[in-house]
Amino acid sequence: MKMNQESKKHDIYIKTGTTIKGKWHKKSYSIKKKLGSGAVGSVYLCESNGRLAALKISEQGTSMTVEVNVLKSLQKVQGNRLGPYLLDVDDWIAPSGSMYSFYVMEYLQGETMASFINRNGKEWIGVLMLQLLDDLGKLHESGWVFGDLKTENLLVLNSPPKVRWVDVGGTTQIGRAIKEYTEFYDRGYWGMGSRRAEPSYDLFAFVMVFLQVFYPNRFEKDASPEKKLFKKIDDVKALSIYRTPLKKAIQGKYLSSSEMKQDITAILYSVQKRTRSSRKSKRESAAPFLIEAGGISLLAAAFYFFSLLL
Amino acid sequence: MKKGTLKQILLITDGCSNKGEDPAAVAALANQQGITVNVIGILDDDQTENPEGLEEVEEIALSGGGVSQLVYKPSLSQTVQMVTKRAMTQTLQGFVNKELKQILGSNQSLEDLEPEKRGEIMEVVEDMGETCDLEVLVLVDTSASMHDKIETVKEALIDLSISLNSRIGRNRFCIYSFPGKRKDIQKVFDWSPKLDAISTVFPKLTSGGITPTGPAIREAMYQFGKKSLLRSFRYEDEPGIEEA
Repeated sequence: MKMNQESKKHDIYIKTGTTIKGKWHKKSYSIKKKLGSGAVGSVYLCESNGRLAALKISEQGTSMTVEVNVLKSLQKVQGNRLGPYLLDVDDWIAPSGSMYSFYVMEYLQGETMASFINRNGKEWIGVLMLQLLDDLGKLHESGWVFGDLKTENLLVLNSPPKVRWVDVGGTTQIGRAIKEYTEFYDRGYWGMGSRRAEPSYDLFAFVMVFLQVFYPNRFEKDASPEKKLFKKIDDVKALSIYRTPLKKAIQGKYLSSSEMKQDITAILYSVQKRTRSSRKSKRESAAPFLIEAGGISLLAAAFYFFSLLL
Repeated sequence: MKKGTLKQILLITDGCSNKGEDPAAVAALANQQGITVNVIGILDDDQTENPEGLEEVEEIALSGGGVSQLVYKPSLSQTVQMVTKRAMTQTLQGFVNKELKQILGSNQSLEDLEPEKRGEIMEVVEDMGETCDLEVLVLVDTSASMHDKIETVKEALIDLSISLNSRIGRNRFCIYSFPGKRKDIQKVFDWSPKLDAISTVFPKLTSGGITPTGPAIREAMYQFGKKSLLRSFRYEDEPGIEEA
């Protein structure tokens, strides 16, 4: 329904300090600063009763209503915080007279996946993968597909590090046509499948999310997209242990995220075992060195005594 | 609720009409017949945001009850599917608003409802958009200036077919180009549920600077008529979405 491209941004500029008062629920929010803008509207940091929150505002009332519907149904997924927590939904009539729709949600503070991995090391890749697959699995089980899964829609929160979804506007019921997508992450664009909402659609985008971390400028498709994607995966050293599951996901061979999670868990387990056993063998290889060192010091001591006798 | 069929004309052009009747007037006529007219204007890479020649694009879509968008060549694929889907939602929402007015009184619309109720109604609109049948007649300008854009248009149309065929509802597409050899428009691809086969049949370009947009939309409008006439012989009388 929407496309995510610079040319299509419906940016709304609101001055810092402006108070937005809801037409229906009468709650007031004071605007602090702009956090970003997307295909549908702009997101601002705001304050209400001393608490910070994120406020998304747009002229496209119907698209906003659709997003709110998604957020509400995600809240029904038992005990899980999949999307940001929804606090308020309302309309605002600007001093100019024009009407905007807005909703207020919990403010998530974190960093992008790329900066987190660069700062903390590539051993976090596996952890982030498992976290994401876990959440996707829960989402799929409750009948939804994320749709517009991309790095911009993910944040890594600190202590403890946890990936969270910040924009769930593309979330679509399983079996329907994907509501919103971004070409680079879209298997339809790569000629690798349909745009029907099914778990494998998200798993394709999942792979592209991790590729995007290592190819910040992205890349375009050519005559043989599958070959190109495989080569791009092969070329990243940090992803080398995950090659097989990543390629399987590109080909749509996983029917659920739990299958993919199983494969990645198995890889992480075998890597851990390998590093542990290589550590052990290091200790063994240290033994001859110890004997040698011991021998030399014995010899030295002998010479020392010998010199004392003289 | 009985499912209806949405009818759309998607006009893809890169310039202003210069022959025949006013395209905006014909688009208004098509809209009266229950056909939405959407327009995509392709900009050249060095063109600025609002070139004079493409002002017409917005006017046609406005009177055709549809959506218009100016776009550079690389973003054509995403724009084509976005315009088509947005126009569907817009049309369906129009029907829902009409129904609402009947129930709630003449000056009530979706925006006058509180957000919670609006949410429930939008769910219905979304359901309809997902399940309704859709007929799209693609009308491609093949005058000389479109020369370097035809390949992109072709790709965009295949992409549109991928998007729409991921829906639950059925789709039918056909492609006409204009100006035709002798007539105002020329059939390129007959009504079919998929567009995969178009790569071989895409039109050779006509030379010369005639762009008869108005007459082309009029002819395109009749293509829906012809087909439903044929169909009305086969099945009694299939009601449009208005009666749904």
